[in-house]
Amino acid sequence: MTTLKFEPWNDPQEKPLIHFQNITKRFGSFVAIDNLTIDIYEREFYALLGPSGCGKTTLMRMLAGFETPTEGTILLAGQDIVSVPPNKRATNMMFQSYALFPHLSIWENIAFGLKRQAMAKADINDRVEEMLRLTRLEQFARRKPHQISGGQRQRVALARSLAKAPKLLLLDEPMGALDKKLRQETQFELMDIQEKTGTTFMIVTHDQEEAMTVASRVAVMDHGQIIQVATPDRIYETPNSVYVADFIGDVNIIQGTTTANGKDSYSIAWADAQAPLTANSNQPFSDGQKCHLAIRPEKVAITADRPGEVANAVQGKILDIAYLGNISTYHVELPTGVVIKAQAANTRRISRRSYTWEDTVWLSWTATAGVLLAN
Amino acid sequence: MNKTSWFNVVSLTLGFAFLYIPMIILIIFSFNESKLVTVWAGFSTKWYGELMQNEAFLNAAWVTIRVAVFSSTLATVLGTMAAYVMVRGGRFRGRTLFSGMIYAPLVMPEVITGLSLLLLFIGIGLDRGVLTIVLAHTTFSMCYVSVVVSSRLVTFDRSLEEAALDLGCSPAQAFRLVTLPIIAPAVISGWLLAFTLSLDDLVIASFTTGPSATTLPIKIFSAVRLGVSPEINALSTIMIAIVTFGVITTSLVTKHQMVRQKREEQEAVRS
Repeated sequence: MTTLKFEPWNDPQEKPLIHFQNITKRFGSFVAIDNLTIDIYEREFYALLGPSGCGKTTLMRMLAGFETPTEGTILLAGQDIVSVPPNKRATNMMFQSYALFPHLSIWENIAFGLKRQAMAKADINDRVEEMLRLTRLEQFARRKPHQISGGQRQRVALARSLAKAPKLLLLDEPMGALDKKLRQETQFELMDIQEKTGTTFMIVTHDQEEAMTVASRVAVMDHGQIIQVATPDRIYETPNSVYVADFIGDVNIIQGTTTANGKDSYSIAWADAQAPLTANSNQPFSDGQKCHLAIRPEKVAITADRPGEVANAVQGKILDIAYLGNISTYHVELPTGVVIKAQAANTRRISRRSYTWEDTVWLSWTATAGVLLAN
Repeated sequence: MNKTSWFNVVSLTLGFAFLYIPMIILIIFSFNESKLVTVWAGFSTKWYGELMQNEAFLNAAWVTIRVAVFSSTLATVLGTMAAYVMVRGGRFRGRTLFSGMIYAPLVMPEVITGLSLLLLFIGIGLDRGVLTIVLAHTTFSMCYVSVVVSSRLVTFDRSLEEAALDLGCSPAQAFRLVTLPIIAPAVISGWLLAFTLSLDDLVIASFTTGPSATTLPIKIFSAVRLGVSPEINALSTIMIAIVTFGVITTSLVTKHQMVRQKREEQEAVRS
C-alpha cells in the first residue's frame, strides 16, 4: 500500500483555493503588504508566521474582507473577492479575542451565523449539536461566555466559526490566550478537527513552535513580504535566508567567504589562524563570495577530547550551560570570540558529565549539518 | 480597618449636612399642618391631599412627563447615532470640529440655548407648546446621551462587530443584534439622564414654552414667586421620593448583576 502524500502545491494540475496576485496594501505611506503572491490549496493548514507588524494579520483581514488591498486581486475558488463584503464571503474567522457575543448563550453564539442564512430550524439545531459534539461543549450549551473557562471559550469560538462550513477558516492567533500546556493539547485538537471537517485552515501566529506543529506549510513573513513558504521540516532544515534560519528555532551563524573544493562542496574561511570549515551546498557560491553558515545547536556535537575523522572541529571554552532537564545547551566561546551553541541530550546524570564551566571542549559537525546561505 | 478619626467624622458630617439639610427641611415641612411654611404646627398629610385636587399642578405634571419621555427618547436615538459615528466613523474631514460641536451645548449657558431656540421657533413660525419644548430638550440633552454612549463605545471590542459581519450580518443587523444589546446599559442610562434633565429644566422650557404648555418646574417657579406654599413642599417631596427610588433600584440591580457575574466567573474557573 502506498501512502498518499498531501502535497497539492507540487501538483501542477491542482488549482489553488486562494490565490493572491500581486497584492499590495498601503496605510498612508506605510507599506503593510508588498507586492505579494501566494497560493493556498484546499484542505491545507497554512500558517503565516512572522514578528508583530510584519503584515500577517493584514493579510488575513484582507481574506475576511475587513481590509481591501490597494493593488492586486484575491481569488477564492477562481472568483475575485476583493469587492465582496465580509458578510457575503465563504470565509469565516476565529478572532484572537474570540469575540464571543457576551449577551448570548454558547448555543446561540454557535447558531448565530446559521440563523443569518435561510436555514430550517431543525437543521440549525442539528448543526449546532454537531458543533457542540465536535468541540466537546455539550454540557455548556446553555451557559453564557463569562460562565466558562478560557479553554472552553476558545472552543466555542472555533465551533462558531466552523458552523457555517466555510471554504476557508481564518484563525488569528487562536491560542495566544492559553497557557502552554493547554496550548499544546489544543494544537492537536485543532489538527484533528481540521482533518475531520476537511476545511482549509489558515492560521496567523508569531509562535514558531505552534506553526511547525499544526501547519502543512509555513509562510515566514517579514516587512510585508513572504520570505519563504515550505513544509515545516523544509523550513527548519533548509531555510533560504539567515532571517528564516534565525526566526525558526535556535541557530549558530558563522560568517565567512567561500572557495569551491569539489562538487557541491565548499571550504569556508571564517577567521584568521583557524582552519577553514567545510560545508555542502546545492546552491552555487562563487570563490570569495561572502556567506553565512547556519548550523542548528543539536547538530553540533560536544566532546571533551578531539573527535576523530570529522569535517569540522573547533576548540573552545564553555561559557555557560543552560540545563533544560532532558537536554542541555552549552555556550562555547571560540578563541576568535565567536560563541557557538551546542545541544546534547542528558543521557547520564549530571554528576557524571565529563565537562563543566570553564572547561576546554571540542565542537564538531559534519559537512552536511549546516546550510550555506548567501544572505 | 482604620480607626475613624475625629477629622473624618467632622468632615463627613459637614459634607452631608451641606448636601441634605435643605432637602430634609423641605420634606419635614411638607407634613406641616400650618399653612405658614416656616412655622411648625403639627403633623399632617393634608397638603398631599390638596395637591391631588389641584388641577393646574396635575396638568403641569402630565405635560412634564410627556415632554420628558418624548425628548429623552428622541435624544437617545440621535445621541446614540452621533456617538456611533464619532467613535466608529473613522477619520473624515472635520471630525474634530464635529465632535467638539456635539459637546458644545454641555458648556453653553442655558439662557443662550433657550434664546436661540426661541428665535428659531419664531423664525420658522412654529407655535410654541409641547412640541417646541420637546425639540428644545432633545437639542440640549442629546449631547449628554452622546457622551455617555460614546464612552461605552470606546471600550467596546470592535472584533465583536467584525465577528457579526463575518458570520453573515449586514452592518445594520450587526448593530441591532450585537452592538445595541451590549451597549444597552449605557443607552438606558443615557435615556435616564436625558429624562431627568428634561424633568427639572426651567430655563430652556421657559424660553420655548407657550400658553398651552406649562411644565412642572415653570409652575413651581411661578407659584413660589407668589409665596412658598406647603403644597409645593409636598410636590417636591414626591419628586425626591421618585428619584430616590429610581436611583436605589438601579444601583441594587446593577450590584446584584455584578455579584452574580463574578460568582459565575469564579465557578467557571474552578470547574
